[in-house]
Order: sequence, then structure tokens, then C-alpha cells
Amino acid sequence: MKFAKTIFAGAIFALQAAAAPAGEAVPPDQVKFEDFAVAESLTGVPGDPQAGAEVFRDRGLGNCLACHANSAMEEELFHGTVGPSLDGVGSRWEPAQLRAIVADAKKVFGEETVMPGFYSLNVGANVAKDRVGQTILTAQQVEDVVAYLATLKE
Amino acid sequence: MRRGAWEGLPVRGKFAAIGAGVLVASALAFSAVQAEPVDETLSIDGVEMTTRAKAQEGLPFDEVLSGWLFREAETRQLEADSFENPGMLYVERGEEIWNTVEGPAGQSCASCHGDAAESMAGIAAHYPKWDADSQRPINIELRIDKCRVEHMGLEPYKFDSDDQKALTTYIKHQSLGEPVNLDLAEGDMQSWWERGKERYYLRTGQLNFACASCHEANSGLYIRADHLSQGQANGFPTYRLKQADMVSLHNRLRGCIRDTRAETPAAFSDELMALEVYLTWRGTGLSVETPAVRQ
Ligand code: HEC
Ligand code: HEC
Ligand code: HEC
Repeated sequence: MKFAKTIFAGAIFALQAAAAPAGEAVPPDQVKFEDFAVAESLTGVPGDPQAGAEVFRDRGLGNCLACHANSAMEEELFHGTVGPSLDGVGSRWEPAQLRAIVADAKKVFGEETVMPGFYSLNVGANVAKDRVGQTILTAQQVEDVVAYLATLKE
Repeated sequence: MRRGAWEGLPVRGKFAAIGAGVLVASALAFSAVQAEPVDETLSIDGVEMTTRAKAQEGLPFDEVLSGWLFREAETRQLEADSFENPGMLYVERGEEIWNTVEGPAGQSCASCHGDAAESMAGIAAHYPKWDADSQRPINIELRIDKCRVEHMGLEPYKFDSDDQKALTTYIKHQSLGEPVNLDLAEGDMQSWWERGKERYYLRTGQLNFACASCHEANSGLYIRADHLSQGQANGFPTYRLKQADMVSLHNRLRGCIRDTRAETPAAFSDELMALEVYLTWRGTGLSVETPAVRQ
């Protein structure tokens, strides 16, 4: 079961996001942050770094390049400078810490950070009607991005 | 679906076509060389603009800076030359409307106000202004509507109609170079200012950004290809190259709010009028630059 899902994930990204069955993922308000880290996978399904790269790049999903430079994506025009470069980030942080940063950066950097919480319902006022109650990324997309970040070594 | 600053508009053909685009991109991405606003002066038709002014008390910077200082050389040049500035076409169109008789009263704006170069000189630098009749602040768009309804027997303009943008641009242009300065002592202006300030620092939407997240905390940095300015209001309506059109202030504010993935408030709503009062105050001392040119 697990095995089949991972293979699909690599091949068809859109299907993979939808395929994480409801109920299996840790709900956003029950993610356990300890010592600025989230030790446990949000889904139990290993992250797929290739799918994670797509989530990272996609302007409608992670849109990470809006704020971060990433030399591994040099072919993309214009990298933002609002956050630090993510070059070598996989050497600076453990996967559990990366999971915490991506899921809810405010739990790691404090309330003032501008980095959005990608798997958090602690959001701003007047959320657009079609986004109410939804996280920016699904639990599996967070796992995939974390797997991708872990590949960005010094 | 239109995409705003957050998800980004496609890179313009011209820029992408020249190989320089790639060079610029990697310079931005990996060394942030151009992160500071430029140290240049802007003069339009021989009139020097104030693009840096001492910040009002309570603001977290020493100086307030016009958005012009954050734009690329090519864009800055377009604004500096009124023969090249595409926004000047709207000024011309606005002048036509000013002189055209419309409505049952058989009058034009000029019938009552004469030559706008005299009657409207400098007035827009002091808007939004308190309106005793409606007991709220009004901007130039709403002031125009007031004359259309009360003096000409016409309907208010539809928001962002071409004529509204052209006439607003024309009237604001009569204040070119004039320093922005609001009278907060009139009516309840002060409480609208406070409400606008609260709104400025309120985080909204799924992305959880306040205006300050981008225009205060990160002004001078790049969000993707966009060099973040202080988000000043002094150039509106502005000519936006990306849209190849004139953009009103409330259109821009709605775009910035939509980009946080929040519900978008209506133009001229209390929320946006409060924000306009506060935002305009933040730019006190900057010259009116209408029609400014932005990317
Ligand atoms: C709106 C801007 C913004 C976006 C979008 C954003 N980040 Fe960040 N990120 C930041 C900022 C700013 C920091 C630095 C922490 C701080 O000062 O608040 C940061 C820090 C980080 C760090 C720690 C880096 C280090 O070396 O310490 C990681 C990892 C990270 N972000 C990953 C991501 C990923 C992955 C995405 C996309 C899913 C993303 N960020 C999207 C602004 C952003
Ligand atoms: C019948 C005469 C009349 C016509 C026609 C008229 N106005 Fe007015 N307008 C006035 C009067 C009277 C005032 C001053 C009202 C006041 O001070 O409360 C005014 C005020 C204004 C102001 C504010 C000036 C300031 O000092 O703040 C603007 C801007 C303006 N009009 C624009 C227009 C425009 C644009 C048109 C054409 C669409 C127009 N008006 C048509 C009578 C007219
Ligand atoms: C996610 C970042 C972001 C947020 C949040 C944001 N803006 Fe903007 N805004 C931009 C970008 C990008 C531009 C275009 C480049 C520039 O001038 O900074 C812009 C431009 C502007 C401009 C035009 C500036 C000029 O010189 O023409 C104004 C005014 C403005 N914003 C006001 C606001 C207000 C008010 C808010 C809060 C309601 C807000 N913005 C929230 C990103 C943002």
C-alpha cells in the first residue's frame, strides 16, 4: 500500500496530493512541535524529493522562490531575497527541524516572521472564502518539500 | 484569473528576450546587489520632485521614499520624460472630459471651475479630505462623483471606468511636485487615520501578511522579481507597465490584499478609505507624481 503510493507520487504529482487519504495525515492543529522540531512524519509516507522540488517551485503552492534563492534552481528567473538563501540548508538543519519550519515557521522563528505557515490554520484575518479551513500545502506536500530540502547539501 | 505580486505576472517578453534578463536574474538571486533604492533625483518638465522626505514621527524609518527610487532605470526614465510617459495620454483625455458638457444641467466641469491649471492647482496634495455631508473622508474620485451627482445631475462613475481614471489623473496632475500634506484636524480624520493604521499592521489572509510585512519589514528586498518599495500612494493613479494601463490606488490596494489570499474589500469601502488616509499620511512631504510610472 505504502509502496504503491510512493511510486505514484513520483510519477504524477497532482494525483499524489489527492491520494493521501483523509484521516491518515496528522491534522494541522495536532502537529507536535518540540524543541523547534516536528519529529514525526505528518503522513507516515516518505517524502518524495522530486515532487517536493515541484511544490517548492510552483507559484501556486510553495512559491518558495518568492522569498528564497536556491542555486539548484538557477534556471528559474528571479529569486527573492526576503529570506536567506536555501543553499546548503539540508546541512544546516535536521529533517525534523525543516518539517517544523515548513509546517509553521512562526513556531520556530517567532510570531514576527513573514514566512507563511504552510501547514497551519493559525492564519490572518478575512481569509478568502475559498481558502477557509485549508492549509497552503497538504501534509504530504510538506513531507515532499522537506525531503527536497534535505537534498540541498553544502 | 489575474495574478498579482505574489504569484507573479509572466516576465514581459521584451525583458525575457534580451539576454540581459538572465544576467539580472542571477545578480538578484545570488548577490542582491541592487537591493538599495537608487540615489538619484527626479525632475519632470524641469520641476524637481521630492522623492525623499523626513519621515513623520512614529514611522520606523528616517526617510520616506517614493516608489520611483525602487524602479529600474528604464521605468524611472519613462516617468522623468512627460513626452514618453504613457500616463500623459490619460491626462490629455482627462482634460477633454473636463471641458465636455454632460448631463441634464448642461454643464462641464469647466463651466464652474474654469481653467483646472488654476482652480485645481495643488488641491489633490491635501486629499483625502473630510466631507461634512457624508461624514467620512473622500478622495478625488469621490469628490468628482459628488460634483457629478450634486451639480450635474449625473450618476457616479463606475469604479475604475476609463473616464474616472482619466479625470482623476488629470486633477491629480495639477498638483505635480506639490508635497503631500493632509489636515487630520478636520472632522473625524484622526479616527480614520487610527483605523487605517490598525489595518496597515493587520495580518490578513491564508498567507498571513500585513502591509507592513512587505512594505516596512522588507522594503528594499526582492519578492521574486519585485523590488519592494515602501508602498507609497503619492504617484496614483500610476501607469503600470505590466498591465499597460492606468491603475487607481484602490485597484492597487485590492491587488495587494488579494495577494495575501484574503477577501478583497470593495473600492471606496470604509476599510480602503481608512487605509488611504493612513497610507497618504505616511507619504507626507513626498511630491505628488501623478501619473507615476511603475513596473
Ligand atoms: C514571504 C517570504 C517567505 C516565503 C514565501 C518562504 N519563506 Fe522560508 N523564510 C523566510 C524568512 C524571512 C526566513 C528567515 C527567518 C526569519 O527571519 O523570519 C525563512 C527561513 C526559512 C528556512 C530556514 C533557513 C535557514 O537557513 O535558516 C527554511 C528552511 C525555509 N525558510 C524554507 C522555506 C520553504 C521550503 C518555503 C516554501 C515552501 C519557504 N521557506 C517560503 C521567508 C519566506
Ligand atoms: C455647477 C457647478 C459645478 C460643476 C459643474 C462641477 N463642480 Fe466641482 N465643485 C463645485 C463647488 C461649488 C465646489 C466646492 C464645494 C465645497 O467646497 O464644498 C466644487 C468642488 C470641487 C472639487 C474640490 C476642490 C477642492 O478645493 O477641494 C473638485 C476636485 C471638483 N469640484 C471637481 C469637479 C469636476 C471634475 C467636475 C466635472 C465632472 C466638477 N467639479 C463639476 C461646483 C461644480
Ligand atoms: C506580499 C507582499 C505585499 C503585501 C503584503 C502588500 N504589498 Fe503592496 N506591493 C507589493 C509589491 C510587490 C508591489 C510592487 C512593487 C513595490 O512598489 O513594492 C506593491 C506595491 C504597492 C503600492 C504601489 C507603490 C507605488 O510606488 O506605486 C502600494 C500603494 C501598496 N503596495 C500598498 C500596500 C498596502 C496598503 C498593503 C496592505 C493592505 C500592501 N501593499 C500589502 C507587495 C505587497
